[in-house]
Amino acid sequence: MMNTFQFDTALLLVALPEIFLLSSIVVILLVDLFLTKGFKQVTYYLTQFSLFITGLLAFNLIGHPETVIFSNSFVLDNMASVFKVFMMGATMVAMVYSRHYLTQHSLFRGEYFVLVLLSVLGMMVMVSGYSLLTLYLGLEILSLSLYTLIAIARERSGAIEAALKYFVLGAIASGLLLYGMSMIYGISGSLNISEISAFASDANLGSRETLIINFGLVFLVIGIAFKLGAVPFHMWVPDVYQGSPTSVTMFLSTVPKIAAVAMLVRILIDGLGAMHPYWSDLFMVLALLSIALGSVVALMQTNIKRMLAYSTISHVGFIMLGFVTGVVTGYGAATFYVLVYVFMSLAAFGIIILLNKKGFEADQISDYKGLSKHSPWFALMMLIVILSMAGVPPMLGFYSKFFILQQLVSAGFVTIAIIAVVFAVISAYYYLQIIKSMYFEDSEKEIVVSAPMDMKLILSINAILILVIGLFPDFWMKLALSLF
Amino acid sequence: MENIYLTIALAPLLGAIIAGFFGGMLGRKATHTITILGVLVSTVLALYVFNHHVLEKGEIFNQNLYTWMQIGSLNISVGFLIDNLTSVMLVVVSFVSLMVHIYTIGYMDDDDGYTKFFSYISLFTFSMFMLVMSNNFMQLFFGWEAVGLVSYLLIGFWHHKESAVEANLKAFLVNRVGDFGFLLGIGLVLAFSGSLDYAEVFSSLDNTTNQQLWGLDLITVICLLLFVGAMGKSAQVPLHVWLPGSMEGPTPISALIHAATMVTAGIFMVSRMSPMFELSDVALTVVMVIGAITALFMGLLGIVQNDIKKVVAYSTLSQLGYMTVALGVSAYSVAIFHLMTHAFFKALLFLGAGSVIVAMHHEQDIRKMGGLRKKMPITYWTALVGTLALIGFPGFAGFYSKDMIIEAVHFSSLPYAEWVYYAVVAGVFITAFYSFRMFFLVFHGKSRVDHHTEEHLHESAPSITFPLIALAIPSAVIGYFTIDPMLFNGWLDNAITIDAEKHVSMTELSNIFHGAAAMIPHAVQTLPFWMMVGGIATAWVFSLYRTQWADWVQNKFHRTNYALESLYGFDRFNEIVFVGGIKKLGNLLWKVSDMGIIDKIAVNGSARLVGFIGSVVRPIQTGYVYHYAFFMIFSLLIILTWVLFAGDNPLLQIEF
Repeated sequence: MMNTFQFDTALLLVALPEIFLLSSIVVILLVDLFLTKGFKQVTYYLTQFSLFITGLLAFNLIGHPETVIFSNSFVLDNMASVFKVFMMGATMVAMVYSRHYLTQHSLFRGEYFVLVLLSVLGMMVMVSGYSLLTLYLGLEILSLSLYTLIAIARERSGAIEAALKYFVLGAIASGLLLYGMSMIYGISGSLNISEISAFASDANLGSRETLIINFGLVFLVIGIAFKLGAVPFHMWVPDVYQGSPTSVTMFLSTVPKIAAVAMLVRILIDGLGAMHPYWSDLFMVLALLSIALGSVVALMQTNIKRMLAYSTISHVGFIMLGFVTGVVTGYGAATFYVLVYVFMSLAAFGIIILLNKKGFEADQISDYKGLSKHSPWFALMMLIVILSMAGVPPMLGFYSKFFILQQLVSAGFVTIAIIAVVFAVISAYYYLQIIKSMYFEDSEKEIVVSAPMDMKLILSINAILILVIGLFPDFWMKLALSLF
Repeated sequence: MENIYLTIALAPLLGAIIAGFFGGMLGRKATHTITILGVLVSTVLALYVFNHHVLEKGEIFNQNLYTWMQIGSLNISVGFLIDNLTSVMLVVVSFVSLMVHIYTIGYMDDDDGYTKFFSYISLFTFSMFMLVMSNNFMQLFFGWEAVGLVSYLLIGFWHHKESAVEANLKAFLVNRVGDFGFLLGIGLVLAFSGSLDYAEVFSSLDNTTNQQLWGLDLITVICLLLFVGAMGKSAQVPLHVWLPGSMEGPTPISALIHAATMVTAGIFMVSRMSPMFELSDVALTVVMVIGAITALFMGLLGIVQNDIKKVVAYSTLSQLGYMTVALGVSAYSVAIFHLMTHAFFKALLFLGAGSVIVAMHHEQDIRKMGGLRKKMPITYWTALVGTLALIGFPGFAGFYSKDMIIEAVHFSSLPYAEWVYYAVVAGVFITAFYSFRMFFLVFHGKSRVDHHTEEHLHESAPSITFPLIALAIPSAVIGYFTIDPMLFNGWLDNAITIDAEKHVSMTELSNIFHGAAAMIPHAVQTLPFWMMVGGIATAWVFSLYRTQWADWVQNKFHRTNYALESLYGFDRFNEIVFVGGIKKLGNLLWKVSDMGIIDKIAVNGSARLVGFIGSVVRPIQTGYVYHYAFFMIFSLLIILTWVLFAGDNPLLQIEF
């Protein structure tokens, strides 16, 4: 069954944010070519501007009735719009932080921003993908941009190694994902999410069909687990986090997680929601392994980026647990968690970048010794972020964990919830170690904060909001719940 | 209206924040101007609210303003319930607080913590507003804890004094005991009604009928637990020990917190919960008896105190006992009435005592005073008004409220009510005795002030005397003007529920009430009046006429005297049983469970386990990309096998 593409301009409005962003990318690429050395900042401002406008356009589409365009391959619903707005916001914040890092380490190039924008475009396509093909397309745009972004520090062997590892393993994961998609396509005869859903939820599904769907399902879950960085498909995470330039680490550990969750929702819930009993067991195992391994191995790390990598793995475990519950409120909790995670991670990496200087990466935990004496304000900000990551009330990170656990308990997974809490307690140890270094140890070297004012300001707001929203989490919880 | 209510609560908070964070920058003058302005705004608006609700009979305002959290069906909100009870409380709290703010300018003049102090008292005012304006248990508890916290900070305000630190710790711990009961009570409320909102809780009270817990009716258990909380805050025996100690704080605090507002939180809370207490005669009886014990025995302690503030503190305890007795006999409006009159005259007495203390260069022993009448005329006359109000001299504020309490007990049909009646009547004699003993010793007789202080003795500054005068006026007349509308003409009707068939005190009171003016000639024929006169006369004899008789009595009744001077041994009992016992228990737990089990096995053991797991997992992370790829594919294999062949309903069966 072939569909002809309809090109109704009114329908195009639905994809306006994507169209605008793509046009901006082309413009920025061209403008950057003609900028002389002294005017390179223009690229940065143009990037921020186009992100802002894209976010605004996406914001305008919140509340738009669900619309599917481009031959049933692109969907606009509230989840897509809200996710896009958050992605734009997070990317803008990430760019503010990145600029300081890039100037300090002589990496300030036009391509950097273009690649970031391209990966954002890929994520937007993933968020709105309504056919397996569109989703895959978005994923590849994102991944290819990220590989290149890591390798942009080409004189550093660590970065090249990270890029290559990510590329090779990512290619394998993409292969597995594609294989799974082909299975689903083969048995259902369609790439479209709603048609797959109709096929899978057919009550008269034969055992042969069930078998093949589940066979494909395993590959799909693995592909998604790789993107999220869940155990046992996590091996790339620590190496890539450590090897990449910190600004890239910050970016790839935050915004793409939203896109990965969106892809998860599109394929596993919108598409194969009927198969929930089959994939939720798998998810539960992967989630618990992630929480356990992330919490335990992080204890051994001396490099803060590597430690945050493992902490991400355990956060991902929590997000996946939200999907195990199989109820709408559980999905809402997972969504809330991922947004909170992005917000906290940005601040954590922001502080690492803040302390960066030429020739000083500030990526050892020992670099934070005595921070409270040199820079009490940012030590306080770091304290808030770390406490939030550890899940201490009343920080935002407490509510995200609480929300997940509450949903687990009410869905009857009490044992799982207890295991998760135990590991959350273990993980508090390494978080608290940073606080101990900052407040109770004397520094070995002088730390001077040389970041520009805008970064200091945004970073402070970012950290303070973690506390403030933690006190008034109601609105955001409701927002996350309303997406399903 | 909503904005007005919000402003009332938030204006002092804003003042507290500004004074707390920027006080150092702004300087003293700006700080006290801002905080006083904040409280002034609240006071004016509180009067407006009072006018709207009480005088113009406006609608009750009950609304949630912000949903803080939604857990399942449980909604935890910030909300206001403004009815006449709240309106009365708002006026009392804001007015007394305003007076104390002004008074502080003069009193704390030479203190380094000037701005911090203003920040604290404004914060306290905010907390108290939140407490009385709340429409749910959660916010009530927030206000409850917040006043406790600020009180802790203020008692220990002079933290270089060891006794102050000891006292604030004591206050905090004793209040914890009360709060524990209170929290359990709230928990039970939540358990039976599924809600924390007053209106919803009260409307689901039927759920509790015929339910038992620990051999008592459920509602009785709830009320008793809630009352334990009230006992902590309102300092009822045996949780009263913190209040005398709290006199270590600066005097304005004693006036604001430990006389006029915070300690009244318990009384307010029980009145608010009247629909629940009305259902349990057992709980009411306990309330009444505890109140009577406090009223009588704490009053007795006032007789042997020589510290001017301690005397006033014990009289506060005794008066709180009176209010609690009124609650017990279902005369809630009388309790609130006494709360109000007491707030005015007790704040006045404390501030007057403070005025004396400042003049005496922080000498607080009444044996070293005397004859201050000439030197401090304003303090003298206002203190006289306060004292007359306290002892219930006909016509003064305290007369009306105390007389009503005694009459209400008289009409009560609860068991033990007749004993309680004798206790409260005897209390009148004692109150008059210790009050006038202090009054005579301080202001009359020969001066015992040391020579150096004597030379500098003079009336206090206007910022101190103004609040005295402003408080003396209501202390004298407020009872006369408000008794009729407050008790018998429905000011508080929309907030208080009384089961009139079972508890007849209020009905009987209104039968015998013939107007405020008629009460004065009638009083002369009653027993309490002559008890009071007797008290004054005794005080005069012992402290002015024949001082050596006091020593003789002391020697003759040395056992009684010993019991009184050692405060019935409550402190020593707590010291030995609770402090000592808990220390021993703590030591034991520390050695056995903490060092032995937790440290050795749990902490070190789990650290070793975690280290072991880490050392196993780490070598897998080799850094070689082909190892990683292999690991991925290998995991895929395991997962596929598991999904296809294992699990509850395997997709493929292996056939042999």
